Amino acid sequence: MNLPLGTLRFLGFHKLHELFGELQFRGYRCMGPAIEYDAIVFRELASAKELPRGVQAEQSPGQFRLTRDPRNRYFAWANGPQAIKPFAFAPRESLWQVQRDQEGALKFEPLAPQPAKTAIIGVRACDLAGLALQDAHFLKPPYPDPNYEIRRKSLFLVAVQCAEPAATCFCASTGDGPTPQSGFDLTLAEMENGFVISAGSEAGTEVLAALKLEEATPKQVQEAKEQGEAAAQKQSRSLPGRDLRPVLMNNLEHARWDNVAARCLSCGNCTAVCPTCFCHAEMDEPSTGTGESLHVRQWDSCFNEGHACIHGHNVRPDTRTRYRQWLTHKLASWHDQYGRSGCVGCGRCITWCPAGIDLTEEIAALGVNA
Amino acid sequence: MTMVANLSDKMLVPQPAVVVGRTQESPSIFTLKLRLEDGAAQAAFRHSLGQFNMLYLPGVGEVPISIMSDPEDQQAIGHTIRAVGRVTNRLAELQIGDRIGLRGPFGRGWPIENMKGRDVVVITGGLGCAPVVAVIHYILRRRADYGHLTIIQGVKKAEDLIWRDQYAQWNTHPDTHVMVAADEGGPLWPWHIGRVTDLFGRIPMQPDKAMAVMCGPEGMMVVSAKMLAEHGMPEENMFLSMERNMHCAVGHCGHCQFGGAFVCKDGPVFSWPQVKGLIAHRGF
Ligand SMILES: Cc1cc2nc3c(=O)[nH]c(=O)nc-3n(C[C@H](O)[C@H](O)[C@H](O)COP(=O)(O)OP(=O)(O)OC[C@H]3O[C@@H](n4cnc5c(N)ncnc54)[C@H](O)[C@@H]3O)c2cc1C
Ligand code: SF4
Ligand code: SF4
Ligand code: FES
Repeated sequence: MNLPLGTLRFLGFHKLHELFGELQFRGYRCMGPAIEYDAIVFRELASAKELPRGVQAEQSPGQFRLTRDPRNRYFAWANGPQAIKPFAFAPRESLWQVQRDQEGALKFEPLAPQPAKTAIIGVRACDLAGLALQDAHFLKPPYPDPNYEIRRKSLFLVAVQCAEPAATCFCASTGDGPTPQSGFDLTLAEMENGFVISAGSEAGTEVLAALKLEEATPKQVQEAKEQGEAAAQKQSRSLPGRDLRPVLMNNLEHARWDNVAARCLSCGNCTAVCPTCFCHAEMDEPSTGTGESLHVRQWDSCFNEGHACIHGHNVRPDTRTRYRQWLTHKLASWHDQYGRSGCVGCGRCITWCPAGIDLTEEIAALGVNA
Repeated sequence: MTMVANLSDKMLVPQPAVVVGRTQESPSIFTLKLRLEDGAAQAAFRHSLGQFNMLYLPGVGEVPISIMSDPEDQQAIGHTIRAVGRVTNRLAELQIGDRIGLRGPFGRGWPIENMKGRDVVVITGGLGCAPVVAVIHYILRRRADYGHLTIIQGVKKAEDLIWRDQYAQWNTHPDTHVMVAADEGGPLWPWHIGRVTDLFGRIPMQPDKAMAVMCGPEGMMVVSAKMLAEHGMPEENMFLSMERNMHCAVGHCGHCQFGGAFVCKDGPVFSWPQVKGLIAHRGF
């Protein structure tokens, strides 16, 4: 039996383990939040019992600190450093291998990843928006990327509404959150004793139907909606518009670029945590004596020294041009490439910047003519 | 699982190619003639002038190299390469019969059809650029189809001009003018001494119809475009081939980005109006 999309049900806390069970029964491993090195990351969870409860994180420029949620909720944390990007765009993977035989002939073979079917529980609206941008990049004709596509199609996404955004979040201003709108299989809104749950895909409706849940009451649905609106209201940061091309592209020689270059360490943390950055390097792993070598790709960053090197010349030799590349790509050129900004307002680049650089502040400063 | 992507896409995974010819052009420059091992693939290989291939040496790496051969020559794929680093130094060691990997052709080439019947100005700088040399060869083979051909090249010192003989030989073709300027001349330097920009006033062209193709240092192209405009050439008639770091050639790796453009697929050839806003700002 299937349910129409958008059917709203209620999943009591005491039934959360049934969601895990149903997903596992369908062959998915369940990835959910876990505490590691004082941060929240996605790890495989055997059951709902392993979900950390009452964990919250205080975030500010350059700071991430775990705290206790007085309401003891499951998803009171906003986000951790790791978006869901690594599940579809692997940090490092082999693309093809080549074998040279005794006569010197070459045989090339594409290497398809074989990811386990994976359900991710606790996906945020910003992560879904980030994934949609990665889809637009990697699956675009004429050369859709098979490795990305295979991993992407192995995913089942259980989203959750953010009731308590971090101080670094500004997804309301980018239009991407805090309530998930699309791109999920199931979505949850956490209430006092359970979740309002609904499906956003065929696969999601099948799981929802199998759970045999009560319908959510109009009061619960209303509360969930209000909770999302209140969360949007709580966000203190914002960008001054959705299309910031004029602010950036008319100010390419603004003094602020020198100012931020003096603070930026060019470490690339912002690109590593950003759910939309797609840059990667390709390299060869030389033959191990068997006449075989692997062609590998690995995440790269426009802050790395060699990113823009051509022989005899580095197009971006300094931090000023590198930071300017990052911000103009993210908030301006992305519009030309994919019809919207490349920022989904997750705030990760603010939290995980060791120098505490905040792109919303940089944009505000660039808007003031020097 | 139904997929939109194709794991064995020949644009994503190299195909074996055999070296069928090799010429040493100068101490560091050589030309390879390659043929795809799969006969059907070789027969089906079509490129347009100004496109490039990714050449791959197992265990070493892959590099973007322009296609030098004539688009109508379907026997072999030609590449002229300067040995400058890890991969190109190893490509220089290849001998006839050796095999390498090849992906391509990639990118957008020159609007060679639109140039028919017009005067063409070729501008190059530094060590000379394969993408415009391919244009020169193409036009010289079809000399009657094109108007005046002017080749402008600037070098710092006289001895930086490689292929001196070739410039002299090009100069003997009908309706073809070679203008070379060196900031510092040398013994028996037959060309102009001084700045390349001194030469623009002497270009035989009907400026409102002529077209320009440029390749080389970006500062030189910015100045050249300005000079051409001053001499009456419309900006939309000026084209240039850009070089950026490239790893994937299919718009995925992000290395070749120039503002919103991926040079590997939206270029490497651009019209001047497409790039002029950004090219003057160092760092894109
Ligand atoms: C579209 C296009 C067409 C081209 N066509 C031709 C052609 O027809 N003929 C030709 O000879 N060349 C051509 N090139 C240039 C050619 O691709 C490079 O010379 C080649 O990639 C150099 O690779 P390499 O491994 O030999 O040298 P590398 O060892 O990669 O580099 C040589 C030098 O450049 C610097 N460098 C380059 N990349 C990096 C990096 N990632 N990090 C740090 N330093 C770096 C190094 O410092 C080194 O000194 C073309 C380039 C493009 C983009
Ligand atoms: S730019 Fe920063 S805030 Fe925007 S999506 Fe990337 S990491 Fe998140
Ligand atoms: S160029 Fe920089 S900002 Fe743009 S995708 Fe690559 S790493 Fe991210
Ligand atoms: S070379 Fe990878 S995106 Fe252009």
